[in-house]
Amino acid sequence: MSNYIKLVALGLVTLFAMIAANYARDPAYMVHAILIMVIAGVMFLYTLRTVGEPQLASGPNEHEYFDDVVRYGVIATAFWGVVGFLVGVVIAFQLAFPVLNFEWTQGIGNFGRLRPLHTSAVIFAFGGNALLATSFYVVQRTSAVRLWGGNLAWFVFWGYQLFIVLAATGYLLGGTQSKEYAEPEWYVDLWLTVVWVSYLAVFLGTIIKRKEPHIYVANWFYLAFIVTVAMLHVVNNLTIPVSIWGSKSVIVWGGVRDAMTQWWYGHNAVGFFLTAGFLGMMYYFIPKRAERPVYSYKLSIIHFWSLIFLYIWAGPHHLHYTALPDWASTLGMVFSVVLWMPSWGGMINGLMTLSGAWDKLRTDPVIRMMVISVGFYGMSTFEGPMMSIRAVNSLSHYTDWTIGHVHSGALGWNGMITFGALYFLVPVLWKRERLYSLQMVSWHFWLATIGIVLYAASMWVTGIMEGLMWREVDANGFLVNSFADTVAAKFPMYVVRGFGGVLYLAGAIIMCYNLWMTVRKAPAKEASLTVAVPAE
Amino acid sequence: MEEYTFLREMADSYGLLALFVFFIGVVIWVFRPGSTKTYEDSADIPFRHDDKPADEEDGK
Repeated sequence: MSNYIKLVALGLVTLFAMIAANYARDPAYMVHAILIMVIAGVMFLYTLRTVGEPQLASGPNEHEYFDDVVRYGVIATAFWGVVGFLVGVVIAFQLAFPVLNFEWTQGIGNFGRLRPLHTSAVIFAFGGNALLATSFYVVQRTSAVRLWGGNLAWFVFWGYQLFIVLAATGYLLGGTQSKEYAEPEWYVDLWLTVVWVSYLAVFLGTIIKRKEPHIYVANWFYLAFIVTVAMLHVVNNLTIPVSIWGSKSVIVWGGVRDAMTQWWYGHNAVGFFLTAGFLGMMYYFIPKRAERPVYSYKLSIIHFWSLIFLYIWAGPHHLHYTALPDWASTLGMVFSVVLWMPSWGGMINGLMTLSGAWDKLRTDPVIRMMVISVGFYGMSTFEGPMMSIRAVNSLSHYTDWTIGHVHSGALGWNGMITFGALYFLVPVLWKRERLYSLQMVSWHFWLATIGIVLYAASMWVTGIMEGLMWREVDANGFLVNSFADTVAAKFPMYVVRGFGGVLYLAGAIIMCYNLWMTVRKAPAKEASLTVAVPAE
Repeated sequence: MEEYTFLREMADSYGLLALFVFFIGVVIWVFRPGSTKTYEDSADIPFRHDDKPADEEDGK
């Protein structure tokens, strides 16, 4: 019966996508309509061919964890990571050498089109898949039950990949609502909402049926991330489509309210997507890898509540010296500075988990990766509050300093903790004795670290230089430098930044090879993947 | 009173107070007597069920 409902639904979707492709008003919408038509059509045919066949499986095995989706998530994380870093390297060199914006790629492959592709690929595709995979892994282990919802987890995984593909192709073809980190247009937003609510259902369902009486702190952070991102996404994307046959839409907020909503969203994307979610990773994988419980569980609870209470107010610091009322930007600034405390509390908690096991830093490059990620977390959560102070912001805003700050956080904290988690997960998920090569992990560690240092240092220099050049006036009060002067002066730092990106990308490629060989060549643990688990 | 003014008044009076009291309450709750032992057990959760879910009878 359910197969017939599925067939009707898929058939209708395919038909609608055909009509949409015909009436499409812009290329992004047309390509998406064709894409959906093909996907829904193939699923329709597949379902049609399996109709009436006897069902094989007798439902999920509650005595096993649902790890297939985690394995797919790990692969997707590594794949999108390399894609995102590669696009980042390309656009870094496009900035240094504008000739790389080739004439024949204009309108698709120029910097303006590729830049959102890079940011969304690394944040939502690489980071998002890392969060999906690790949250599904962690919530099962710390709740001691199988994932709730059966195949709903598969829907979340594949639905999220479809969102990524729609977003990425949309940017290249000009389907964007021009909101930073929220570029996808209305129908992609609606799709993500469906996927995200399913994600929340799977995660919350698993927590509700847990066998552990206490909800482990990592799950609190993951849950805050899922709930808050849902809220942010919906409010910041309240748009009215101009036509259902086109990608263009108009936001319901006007003027400065739109700007404030956007940066309330934008900063909490940092606070809850890139911080709370990844802190969930920190609170599980660092204790696991160090083989000792978190330094202070009390501190972790205070860390959680203070972080979520403070972060949500910090957004206005993106709008200093704008039409936003002063009280609002002062509020954002004050909360950003206070936010320093929980951030460092969490950092100390992560680092001190190693107390008594510091020797592991020497012998285990994976734990070294996790520790340096917490170090970068501490560094960028010190830099951030400082940059949010109005006087500092008057120098730093709109300069490359901001880009440097974002990358020390994203490459250092998010990237490194994800690499650490991947190195931990792959041998466990594929039942291997150990990683293929620890030496390669060391190579990855140093390439990535030196890459970040080159990136951040060059952006500090060029950002501060740029800010000082912009405000320099002569004795008569005239500006000394034209904008083009600052661009010319930044050239050497742009080359260094691009080189830093190359090192970081090289490290990630080494990681992919290492993980691949771990699955292929590393000695298997005694129990193989296909071992039968007794039914009762 | 118009909506903006109302929300603005709420935000820096009762709203602020409620959130602050909740937060202080969390801190006091964390340091309640006997919490150290409870949290030692909680901090140990990641080390229990690595390979398979807990059994029915186990209850834990």
